[in-house]
Amino acid sequence: MVVQKKQDELVWKKRTTREQWINWFYWLIGISIVLFAWKIISDKTVWFFVQDAPRQAADIGSRMVPPKWSYSLELIKPVWDTINIATLGTVIAMIIAVPVAFCAARNTTPHSTVRIVALFIIVASRSVNSLIWALMLVFILGPGVLAGTVAIGLRSIGFCAKLIYESIEEIDANQVEAVKATGASNLQQMIYGIIPQVLPTIAGVGIYRWDINIRESTILGLVGAGGIGLQLNGSINTLAWTQVSTILLVILATVFVSEWVSAKVRGAII
Amino acid sequence: MLKLENLTKRYNTGDLALQGIDLRIPNGQVLALIGPSGAGKSTLIRCINRLVEPTNGSAILNEVNLTKLSSRALRKSRRKMGMIFQEYALVERLTVMENVLSGRLGYVGFWKSFLRRFPKKDVNEAFRLLDRVGLLEMADKRADELSGGQRQRVGICRALIQDPDLLLVDEPTASLDPKTSRQIMRLINELCQERGLTAIINIHDVLLAQMFSQRIVGLALGNIVYDGSPEGLTPEVLTKIYGEEDWSATIEKVDDEDEEV
Amino acid sequence: MNNVSKTLYPKNWKKPPFIKRSWLRWSIIIGSILYLIAALSSMDINIQRVLEGIPRGQRFIESFFPPNFSDNRGVVWEGILESIWMAIISTVAGIALSIPIGLGAARNLAPLWVYMTCRFIIAASRTFPEIILAIFAVKLFGFGPFAGFIALSLGTIGFFAKLLAEDIENSSPAQAEAVKATGANWFQWINYAIQPQVMPRMIGLSVYRLDINFRESAVVGIVGGGGIGATLNTAFSRYEFDTAAAILLVIIGIVMVLEYASSHLRKWVQ
Repeated sequence: MVVQKKQDELVWKKRTTREQWINWFYWLIGISIVLFAWKIISDKTVWFFVQDAPRQAADIGSRMVPPKWSYSLELIKPVWDTINIATLGTVIAMIIAVPVAFCAARNTTPHSTVRIVALFIIVASRSVNSLIWALMLVFILGPGVLAGTVAIGLRSIGFCAKLIYESIEEIDANQVEAVKATGASNLQQMIYGIIPQVLPTIAGVGIYRWDINIRESTILGLVGAGGIGLQLNGSINTLAWTQVSTILLVILATVFVSEWVSAKVRGAII
Repeated sequence: MLKLENLTKRYNTGDLALQGIDLRIPNGQVLALIGPSGAGKSTLIRCINRLVEPTNGSAILNEVNLTKLSSRALRKSRRKMGMIFQEYALVERLTVMENVLSGRLGYVGFWKSFLRRFPKKDVNEAFRLLDRVGLLEMADKRADELSGGQRQRVGICRALIQDPDLLLVDEPTASLDPKTSRQIMRLINELCQERGLTAIINIHDVLLAQMFSQRIVGLALGNIVYDGSPEGLTPEVLTKIYGEEDWSATIEKVDDEDEEV
Repeated sequence: MNNVSKTLYPKNWKKPPFIKRSWLRWSIIIGSILYLIAALSSMDINIQRVLEGIPRGQRFIESFFPPNFSDNRGVVWEGILESIWMAIISTVAGIALSIPIGLGAARNLAPLWVYMTCRFIIAASRTFPEIILAIFAVKLFGFGPFAGFIALSLGTIGFFAKLLAEDIENSSPAQAEAVKATGANWFQWINYAIQPQVMPRMIGLSVYRLDINFRESAVVGIVGGGGIGATLNTAFSRYEFDTAAAILLVIIGIVMVLEYASSHLRKWVQ
């Protein structure tokens, strides 16, 4: 902020001229990057297809209605599989994520080397999308629900562990100190001083991730890892658009119900 | 007998919090530690049960040199030192009963404590203590449902169920209103008399210190600047501890209180 | 302290159960066990196949090492750069679209019909994972990064607009009222009362979304949406696992850098 005197008047400006120039300069850099990015993308685009897109969209849209309701009966098993992938995957992830989180939190880690390993596990798990995990696991475990479950599990470890270890680092140290002062061992300090404080977070994170996993597990079928994505992929490839719209509606309904359930459970726990 | 010999603490930041404290406290004495914020009161009592590691010197409780103990032996010795905290430091999401029983953690194995299977004697004692402080019906309430005064009573129970020889009390009244503060101090004092406990009480409030202790130690900048009876706290002494201020009001009020008690 | 008073107190104590109604507690426990049994038995795990998979998996993992950065280096870097450009442009476009939608989805700013419309757009965008959006985008716009760009931008709306709307709804009404009381018009009011309150968090979230979009760009490629995902998919289908490993490591590295940058940026903004 500056106040300048200009022709007997006080002029107030938010920034000095120099700051203003620097500010403009940053904007210039930002905008050039965006424009450059746009140029790269647009060079690789066949604009004829893009121009044709609205017509295509209308065409596909018209072929999608009415949804083939009878097909939804065939989707019961895939939906069941999808839910199982999400739920069991979340359970696996939480079982692994909690100890990893305790190793990653600054105040509970047994050793700083352990902490680095734990942080690497977290980053590696978070950086690789569940679809890529599934792609690799289908090679190892063969196509099916198992690969999908393990993929969801591996992907979720990092997410859950990160949120949990952040909350471990934020606990009230006084409560732990008080337990320590009674002569409690390290493990006892953990179960009496630390776990009660982070338990709500652990439960909340598990439910939150389950909700996300329901969504993620709907697509794993695209690479053969089980669930409703298998049907979606098949229907799109065979251009069975009425089936596609049915599947999309079923996914919508599943996600909606899972969101409702997770909100209810979270409300009950916290 | 608790003996502190040349107890020194220098923090990593370079601050010299304790500058060679020498102090002898006979069994059964209730001692109030007064002094301005940052004088090293909290550091002093934490150096005794080694929640803060002293840099130099020793603390000897009943012939055991606490500063030399291995971590296992230290845990054993901590069982004999009950501690009461400023912000209660209850584990808020555990029940009152669990908080009280957590005072026995040093005596109970891991799995027993994990499954909440405490010996019958301990449970019985916990109920007795809760009744003593008037919180028997609250046993199954969660600690965060209690008021400040009630929480501090639970904190007292947690310290006493350890069956301690020494009570370390850190600003027990700092977050309480004046009336509750007195009740809590009275309770601590009574319990110390009942059990013949030695106690070190850190306290901001000079008045409360005078009312409820037999001996007062004044700390300033990590040094003992006063050690004597509560009656010996003259304006000159208070100025030495806290710095220049008009102390007449504080002293006068003390006299009134003494007549009342 | 005498014997009489000792007998007055109970000698046993049990932690009160978390769920107080016992029928509910037991039905949840039994229900969960039954679900786990049903889910695991319907997983159809082919033990034979999994056992076969173990040596295969070992070979698979071995073939990842050492990661091959040198062959196909041009292709890998081209893919990575394309992903970065895609992530930048779709974050910018997505946020530009999210701001009006987010303002519209804040109940304290918008009239009911606007609110409902914007909330519907957000819900639709959130339900379907980016990959499903990408499948349709590829159908409409043809293979290449443009389809990926569209999918990621739409995905950004669901994320960013929702959080923006929530943040605005949680902003301090007192500040908003004070500015309104000066006689500011709607745009001035947004600019002076709402924007300063939500801005720091939104900048943090933009970087976070850039991070997500980069990671997602690695998967939209699998269905033809361009970027590093296309390169990764090619590497997998050609069994060039050492190249795939190199790509995954590069992704992990970039995500780490972005995460580090975003945490610093957030500190700097606040």
